[in-house]
Amino acid sequence: MAVLNLVQAINQGLRQALETDERVLLLGEDIGKDGGVFRVTDGLHAEFGERRIIDTPLAESGIIGLAIGMAAYGLRPVAEIQFLGFCYAAIEQIFTHAARIRARSRGRFDCPLVIRTPYGGGVKAPELHEESTEALFCHMPGIKVVVPSSPSNAKGLLLAAIDDPDPVIYLEPTRLYRLLKEEVAEQPYHTPLGKARIARKGNQLTIIAWGSMLEVVLRAAGEYDAEIIDLLTLSPFDREAVLESVHKTGRVLIVHEAAKTGGFGAELAATIAEEAIMSLRAPIRRVTGYDVVLPLPLLENYNLPSPARIIAAIDDLLRY
Amino acid sequence: MPKQPIADFTIERLSILAPSGQADESLMPDLSDSQLLQLYELLSYTRMADQRALDLQREGRLGTYPASLGQEAAQVGSGFALRSQDWIFPAFRELGVFLCHNYPLELIYRYWSGDERGQQSPEGCNIFPMSIAVGTHILHAAGAALAAKYRGDDLVAAAFLGDGGTSKGDFHEALNMAGVYKLPLVVICQNNQWAISVSRQAQTAAQTLAQKALSYGIHGLQVDGNDVLAVYQATHEAIERARAGEGASFIECETYRMADHTTADDAQRYRDPQEVEKWRQRDPLLRMRRFLDQQRLWSPGDQEQLELTLKERLNRAVRAAESAAPPGAEEMFRYTCHQLSSRQQEQLKECLDGST
Repeated sequence: MAVLNLVQAINQGLRQALETDERVLLLGEDIGKDGGVFRVTDGLHAEFGERRIIDTPLAESGIIGLAIGMAAYGLRPVAEIQFLGFCYAAIEQIFTHAARIRARSRGRFDCPLVIRTPYGGGVKAPELHEESTEALFCHMPGIKVVVPSSPSNAKGLLLAAIDDPDPVIYLEPTRLYRLLKEEVAEQPYHTPLGKARIARKGNQLTIIAWGSMLEVVLRAAGEYDAEIIDLLTLSPFDREAVLESVHKTGRVLIVHEAAKTGGFGAELAATIAEEAIMSLRAPIRRVTGYDVVLPLPLLENYNLPSPARIIAAIDDLLRY
Repeated sequence: MPKQPIADFTIERLSILAPSGQADESLMPDLSDSQLLQLYELLSYTRMADQRALDLQREGRLGTYPASLGQEAAQVGSGFALRSQDWIFPAFRELGVFLCHNYPLELIYRYWSGDERGQQSPEGCNIFPMSIAVGTHILHAAGAALAAKYRGDDLVAAAFLGDGGTSKGDFHEALNMAGVYKLPLVVICQNNQWAISVSRQAQTAAQTLAQKALSYGIHGLQVDGNDVLAVYQATHEAIERARAGEGASFIECETYRMADHTTADDAQRYRDPQEVEKWRQRDPLLRMRRFLDQQRLWSPGDQEQLELTLKERLNRAVRAAESAAPPGAEEMFRYTCHQLSSRQQEQLKECLDGST
């Protein structure tokens, strides 16, 4: 087993999907000879050629619209949008079409499309390059939202997403691209969609996080007897895993870098309140980004949940 | 150095059949007498099916409906040229295209009555569901064309839109991609002069819509959209160009929306009745019938027989549509994703039980 970072693991997953399935094509801006702005598709153009690694004009709506037609025709396109903030230009295609083609055609057509895009802060990038608006996509029925947190689950989730018959938004935590390294199994494998991972077992409280925040939570949780749930898929999320842990610990902390109001933590908190309130020994807590327009690098550390804020919330919860 | 012209473009307009029914023999498409008769039958079928939809809507038996009156030639001419293997991406006013490809009329009536099962194309009929979102689906046709080209399949993708759709950003992105990738794509614009209340002149300052194609490096042509032979020939040539690897075409069919935008609209609020009258003189059905009369291919007896046959066909479609069992609540869950999540399973149960 090789030790890979997130970029290398995703690259390996893409390569293996291209090798094993002729229906898989990649399209996006600068993904060809340039290998993508983060080099995630590095080397694939040389290996598979321009028929399968397709550089597109600078048109995000066009990329997704094109991929929808390809998917409906029977291919398995994997589209890269350079940053989550640029997906806003393609929201109409995602919401109006990708999410609805199966329903609109009553199953005659489907849309097995993967949209890969880097998301999240902490990388000192310009405006719209650090968005974390995953909840937008979770609110739209008909699409799945997946957020890997490590090289090994990134590869498995990617391959599962490519094989899934529904459109999947696959959010790559930019800050982790080269931060984490771990052993990644060489052969292709699936990490099932819709299943959470218990990142650490514990008894005194449950911390729920995903993507880039998982790494921060693991650092912050230190010696606390916390059970840490890595959701991996936000839509549909693993309700059973969340509730089981809450029944056990009775205390819940949710951490995400997106703004608090309407963030995915709200859905988790509401679900827990609806279905496990009698197990709670303290109010549900959320540590999140603030309800502000996402700041540029000089201000972003005020906004991103820090280990200190997480520790303060854990202490509050345990004292309650 | 003086300024030099570096590019020079012209836009052609194709017209074969005059309103009098006189055809330009030199431009006649390669169609047999029976195909010419078939075209007229499809024009008539479209007009009668459309009128029946309006009648049903007035009687409260159909929901909001966008009529095709006046645009039959643009729809039938192009639909007839497209082959069964081609993939078709309609907007929402392409009744004639659906009928050319044997899409069951019963399903169309059901769809406009709010039954989503009406958009489930029968196997073998490659018509994508209608796109209510204007101009956004040209990209899907481009994607299907790219996929067909990748697989080496001998077919084209065809997308339909109206004059309003050419103002959308996705129209630009789709035609641009079609040019860049030299896609086997035919984009057919029914320029019916009105996007609800916005006139063609208020939609764009461009002299023609066809010329927009040139800025993407694809073929562009304007045709008399009320001339079924011209529309057929233009579409046929575009398909042949695409099959020969010569890339995409954009065809502007200049026609007129004789009816309101939909049954929820009242066009008298914003347009001059004289304009409507002017276009009535260019009626696409009458023109084709005059042509057939002149060719001695048609008689009043044939007309009577055709109307009887079509009326019976419409009656059967209405009966079938109205006798379909209504969908159950399970329908709306089944097609959201390929499997129900645990939450959807609970919601379905809750919905069926009628309790929370």
